[in-house]
Amino acid sequence: MDTAIIIEKSVLIVAVFALTMLMAMYATLAERKVAAWLQDRIGPNRAGKGGILQPLADGLKLFSKEEFLPDTPNKFLFVAGPAISMSVALMTSAVIPWGDKLEIAGRTVIMQATDIDVALLYVFGVLSVGVYGIMIGAWASNNKFSLMSAMRASSQMISYEVAMGLSIIALLMMTGTLSLREIAAQQSGMNWNVFYQPVGFLIFLVCSFAETNRTPFDLAECEAELIGGYHTEYSSMRMGFYLFAEYASMFISSTILAVLYFGAYNYPGMQWAVENWGVNVANIIGFLALFAKLCFFIFFYMWVRWTIPRFRYDQLMRLGWQMLIPLAIANIFVTAICILWSDGNLF
Amino acid sequence: MALQTMSLSGRKKEVSNKKMTFLERLYLWTIIKGMMITIGHLFTRKVTIKYPEQVRERSKVYRGQHLLKRDEQGRENCTACGLCALSCPAEAITMTASERKPSEKHLYREEKYASVYEINMLRCIFCGLCEEACPKDAIYLTESKVLVPSQYDREDFIFGKDKLVMPLTEAMKNAQLKNAN
Amino acid sequence: MHTITLLFILLSAVTVATAFLTIFSKNPIHSAIYLVICFFSVGGHYLLMNSQFLFIVHIIVYAGAIMILFLFTIMLMNLNKEDEVHKPRLQRWSAVLFFFLLCAVMMLIFFQSKPIVGDYDDLGTDYQSIKVLGKVLLDSENGFMVPFEFASVLLLVAMIGAVLLSKKEKSS
Repeated sequence: MDTAIIIEKSVLIVAVFALTMLMAMYATLAERKVAAWLQDRIGPNRAGKGGILQPLADGLKLFSKEEFLPDTPNKFLFVAGPAISMSVALMTSAVIPWGDKLEIAGRTVIMQATDIDVALLYVFGVLSVGVYGIMIGAWASNNKFSLMSAMRASSQMISYEVAMGLSIIALLMMTGTLSLREIAAQQSGMNWNVFYQPVGFLIFLVCSFAETNRTPFDLAECEAELIGGYHTEYSSMRMGFYLFAEYASMFISSTILAVLYFGAYNYPGMQWAVENWGVNVANIIGFLALFAKLCFFIFFYMWVRWTIPRFRYDQLMRLGWQMLIPLAIANIFVTAICILWSDGNLF
Repeated sequence: MALQTMSLSGRKKEVSNKKMTFLERLYLWTIIKGMMITIGHLFTRKVTIKYPEQVRERSKVYRGQHLLKRDEQGRENCTACGLCALSCPAEAITMTASERKPSEKHLYREEKYASVYEINMLRCIFCGLCEEACPKDAIYLTESKVLVPSQYDREDFIFGKDKLVMPLTEAMKNAQLKNAN
Repeated sequence: MHTITLLFILLSAVTVATAFLTIFSKNPIHSAIYLVICFFSVGGHYLLMNSQFLFIVHIIVYAGAIMILFLFTIMLMNLNKEDEVHKPRLQRWSAVLFFFLLCAVMMLIFFQSKPIVGDYDDLGTDYQSIKVLGKVLLDSENGFMVPFEFASVLLLVAMIGAVLLSKKEKSS
């Protein structure tokens, strides 16, 4: 391995990391702003111009709070919980293709931290591990309400992972690859997967709401029944980590939605741009296109949050197991028949 | 018509517990309808008033802190007749009357004036009856345009003449305005 | 030392240590968490052999689903020391005996088997891609179609059994 690749990859990793952190930070501000706008208010507007420094102020506040440690038999796991949540939320961004390629000093730089063949499965793996942060932290809190909330969160996540995986299978049957890079490349032009897989997209969207614990599936946090949720016993920056991880995972799942179904970095006329303006300019526009798409999805998350009341727990489970899973399986069958039909192998 | 079936508000709606169909149980259409409503609110005018910079406009009959008025020559109107204290339902007003000395003619309009005039703002209910009772146009609740501020001690809520009487500069300004007209 | 050897030693140490800790730790939750770490290090071994697909599936299935359900039940059961089941002495000693017998059999198998000398053949196909993997698993002639389908039937039977078990309690 030569040093150029190491430098290139480290720069990419740092950039992706910084972007994720920055987006998670500003997602907190955006959440409050969108909530305010949807309720005919203005929202935070005191820290900086139009409230632009509000995330910094929030962070400062969290840092300066007392770090409270409950009387728990397991202090190590108590600290490990938020750390796991945070690192898992940040890990996913490694496989996301932010653009096709750049040409810098005669080298072709792939705008992706790692291009592994099983990128999509990697995302799923990291997602499924994400429950541990909540479960371990809640158990180590030595608080039955935290535990109850962790139970809710994890059973919800496990249930919806099934439907999510099934909805993805229909997509994989079309793409024939697990590499996010190839899936992105296949959608060039306006061949976005959402046009071929609308039902799959819908199921995936609903499931990603459940996976990120967002309204209408935010049953893990509940002031009326559970005091606070799984982070009841947490304070200061440990609590901040949990909240931050939630926003980071929201950012990541918006990105994955954009990459899988909304054509990733592709935009109409990209081929023309490559020919006329050069690879670099075309791909930077591509990155901006992806960014715009994922920003839309982040906004969509918030839009839904401030529109829909939460489901009851039995409704949540019924939706997951009795609606989405049969729908996803039906989608797989229909997709299979369509693929066979278009190949001319049917009958 | 039986009472059970009558609609008193005119908006009575029968509760139906009919089983939802598969499509209804997906909640898709209703969710989209709700989202359209909220997105509409994204573009409506915001009702927030940024307080320290922007102050909400007060109604014309808004009643705030009392003001003991002076006339155009800067003399106090109040003659310490005590009608305001009498009319006050909360018994918030007390005063002590004194006789005007010849050297004080430029300070007080009438021969008698209030040497002490106190309103207990904790008792005052801002009803405005004192204003109605005053025969000399001396006390007003609508002119000062200030709210009674919060304090830490009970004693600070007893407002004396130092806080209630209209400042001389304002009286002079009023006089100038009148002359100009 | 070669980097890969070093990584292998490190991973193996973690695997063995956490496997033992799983058995020896008194707190059931701790042993479950040690088992999770053990699974992750086993996944690391898969990665060392460059089988990414196996690694990810291992993580998703074992660490992501099975162990979470395990933790789930353990946390809900609220196990205390008083609830610990004490097996009769005969059972325990026979368990130890059978374990050693099994070890002996496995050791014998390992010693008897002939090691394959030589390099792995490079077939030129990318076994990480799901297209190739699907062909290998589901090809009826030179693939593993029959065992694959048998495994799926087995899982289906297990699923029906689980449903039956949960239904039975309700009716009685």
